[in-house]
Amino acid sequence: MEETRPVETAVLAKDLAKSFPLGKQGRVQALGGVSLAIARGTLTALVGPDGAGKTTFLRLVTGLLAPEDGTLEVLGLPMPAGAAEIQRRIGYMPQKFGLYEDLSVQENLDLYADLHGVTGEMRKARYEKLLHMTALAPFTGRLAGRLSGGMKQKLGLACTLVRSPELLVLDEPTVGVDPLSRRELWEIVTDLVRDEGLTVLVSTSYLDEAEKCGSVVILREGRIVASGAPETIRALATGSSFVMVPPSGKAARSLQSVLLDRADLCDAVPEGGLVRCVASSKEAAESLVGSGAKPVPPRLEDGFMSVLHADTVRAAPQGLRMEKPFDTAERGEVIAVRGLVRRFGDFTAVDHVDFSVRRGEVFGLLGPNGAGKTTTFRMLCGLLPASGGHLEVAGMNLRSARADARKKLGYVAQKFSLYGDLTVMENLTFFARAYGLNGARRQGRIDWALASFELSPWAGTAAGQLPGGFRQRLAMAAALLHEPEILFLDEPTSGADPLARREFWKRITALSEEGVTIVVTTHFMEEAEYCDHIVIQDAGKILARGTPAEVRALAHQEKGRAATMEDAFIAIVAEGRAGKGAR
Amino acid sequence: MNRMEENRTAATLRRLRALIRKEGRQMLRDPSTILMGVFLPVLMLLLFGYGLSLDVRDVPVAIVVESPSPEADNLASGFTLSPYFAPVFVRNMAEAEEMMLARRADCIVHLAGDFGRNAAQGSAQVQILTRGTDANRARLIQVYAQGAVAMWNLRRIDRGLSAAAGPVVIENRLFYNDANDSHYFLVPGLVVIIMTLTGAFLTSMVVAREWERGTFEALFVTPVTSWEILIGKAVPYFCLGMVGFALCVGAAEVLFSVPLRGSLLLLTFGSMIYMLVALGMGLVISAVTRSQFLASQFALLTSFLPATLLSGFLFDLRSMPAAVEMLTHIIPARYYVSFVKTVFLTGNVACVVLESLGILAAMATLLLYLAQAKTRKSLEK
Repeated sequence: MEETRPVETAVLAKDLAKSFPLGKQGRVQALGGVSLAIARGTLTALVGPDGAGKTTFLRLVTGLLAPEDGTLEVLGLPMPAGAAEIQRRIGYMPQKFGLYEDLSVQENLDLYADLHGVTGEMRKARYEKLLHMTALAPFTGRLAGRLSGGMKQKLGLACTLVRSPELLVLDEPTVGVDPLSRRELWEIVTDLVRDEGLTVLVSTSYLDEAEKCGSVVILREGRIVASGAPETIRALATGSSFVMVPPSGKAARSLQSVLLDRADLCDAVPEGGLVRCVASSKEAAESLVGSGAKPVPPRLEDGFMSVLHADTVRAAPQGLRMEKPFDTAERGEVIAVRGLVRRFGDFTAVDHVDFSVRRGEVFGLLGPNGAGKTTTFRMLCGLLPASGGHLEVAGMNLRSARADARKKLGYVAQKFSLYGDLTVMENLTFFARAYGLNGARRQGRIDWALASFELSPWAGTAAGQLPGGFRQRLAMAAALLHEPEILFLDEPTSGADPLARREFWKRITALSEEGVTIVVTTHFMEEAEYCDHIVIQDAGKILARGTPAEVRALAHQEKGRAATMEDAFIAIVAEGRAGKGAR
Repeated sequence: MNRMEENRTAATLRRLRALIRKEGRQMLRDPSTILMGVFLPVLMLLLFGYGLSLDVRDVPVAIVVESPSPEADNLASGFTLSPYFAPVFVRNMAEAEEMMLARRADCIVHLAGDFGRNAAQGSAQVQILTRGTDANRARLIQVYAQGAVAMWNLRRIDRGLSAAAGPVVIENRLFYNDANDSHYFLVPGLVVIIMTLTGAFLTSMVVAREWERGTFEALFVTPVTSWEILIGKAVPYFCLGMVGFALCVGAAEVLFSVPLRGSLLLLTFGSMIYMLVALGMGLVISAVTRSQFLASQFALLTSFLPATLLSGFLFDLRSMPAAVEMLTHIIPARYYVSFVKTVFLTGNVACVVLESLGILAAMATLLLYLAQAKTRKSLEK
């Protein structure tokens, strides 16, 4: 290490470009002329919509890909010539963590320590520190495959930190991880930057994470659209951020959905029972004030949305209409769960859970990884039999009439169960047939799906080649072909960028207005604000229930500011875990 | 400078040890590896050893004796007492043909009504009809039946009677397989199947698995070199393949008492070279396909099937059409089978051994070089 001269810039890119072959016809430009300098000892976030080129940039930095055009210097070495040397000196956690699931926690650590040549006393001291930091010490003998998502992520991080890397590169380290684990991971990273002067480059689709970084780079379609300190980006929305109170009796999401359609607004999201919106111009701001909006200090996401709005005017998705809306006046109970239990051997995954959902409601099921959400979900959809309790969906007892109940519900699985090799059209036709739709009715429903989800231009594209957001649309369209009364969505927005998430929720709002009942799980706590009712589940038990406002009120006020849904969630889960014996 | 060299070697060795240990652990913990690496060889040994046999034994034969006579009885007893035949006696041809059609008989021995009289005069005729659907088997049955008739003739001469002018009898003796026992070449030949499965099939799967699970992405961003990754993969599977080899040779010696005419040392050495060829194929396949499904299909088509069908293990290379026979020259298993058969059943025949091993060594070098060239620490295709 002594022979390398110290360099102030960790990463220096000039007009960096990279493209990949796509299908038989052409190439897709992943990066198109990126120039960027990242200083040593800083924490830099790379944010942007899906397909913006974040992962490509990180892979270029790690030397896993070679630049096509332009120059790239990492720790003062030109790439790709210096790849071998760079790979010796940096730490990298890919999106899939790179853990060996059939090796134990200790064996994974040993492997990376040996590969990096960390031995003797240095190794002992390092292990102690890492295990303490990640709280993995009690689990060293456990196979990595048996760890929860959050623990896997921390182990992946620990493996890259077995020796102090000169640069740490993390590719979306918190996708699919619950808020609790997310917060812990970020504490580790920020401590390392502060105490050890580590240089960290991280890509993320969570803007609240980017807010913790020293600098933020916003990528879009392979180009940098804005970069600077979080304050600089936030300042772009100064004087443009407002909150509006929804009219009484109307859900915040309904107002938000209307505001999102306005071309003069960059953004609108429900927040704490109100709607936060960002104006794109002075006139828009004045008109908002005119309709009773109150100005608020901007946050990073507001700045981010302003930048993207200025970059391209995005066509908001059109509303979604069902052919035969369900009667929303009749707000009867469509899901009734009482004393639901599911055991796997000795382990009780779902432990006496009760809740009910009314017609046309958006119902959120929240909880950390391993809380039993997916198990509850599978029982509700009739995919998994319950061990005990009462379970009624759409007026049918799921324990006796599973097949009939299934016709009335649609299910979108976590990884979107689509056939990657079939085209969009073929997928829709297949699912329509599977639901027993025939002839003109089948054609009618497929046409409806293509039009409502704006999939017509993609009809001939293989589902596996679709960009992430479109895959999600197709999965939703397929689940709605048979006009179910209830739609179940398991973590539909995991890994999706803010734009795709807004689009998704706009469709959900439209569906609920058509009387479709929605049950959804999510890791994004702010998304709970779109729900009418939520429950928070941990270790198989329900810890809290109510409207988002009621649940938020359960958390204690923190340092004068109103508790966010995330604060409430973390407080409730922590409290639930502390008082486990008493319950 | 010397010090630095030393440090570098130590670091390489430490990384290699870490990779081998990791691979070994994964191998032992994955039930499918053990299933394919140990259980499958044992199963195949038992199946090939006890279940499958290319020998002709207990052939159902219909003996048509149109009119009983002492001579006819004498001839028939030769069939009854032979372990090769399970005779059924019938009175006329029609009945025998019916049995043949119903697959209850594979051979008809026809003694006409005048057999007894003619035999006494020294001019008896025996008609032998054999089912020809399986040419190999038919030929064997024919030879055995002729043998049984010849024995009858000899017995007659013993008793001082004149030899009957029966069918021409050729004395058959099979070289290198005196007992005419197919285990003699089936069991040693199994080595080629088992080592190909472990080397090419299993190895291609485990490398492709690292691509699929994204573990290579993390492994690449460490000081390891592509050679170290390859050696780390190869060593544990090399050992597993040699375990399969030991099982086969052990079973051949102990369970089936196949003679080993050549030297065990030479056999082991040659097998190690073939193992390197199989590993090279597996590593090249997985580096090119990067997906477990494709890798398994490729490995099946390019290594396992040729090793079974085109290596001369089950089917004689000389009886193949010329074009197919030409093709077998690029199949490594062909040279290995010829080596194994020679060392087992003939002995250390220098010209065969040197030619086979020379070609195999060249193939191993080429394949391992290709594997290294294809495994770059990069995600670029």
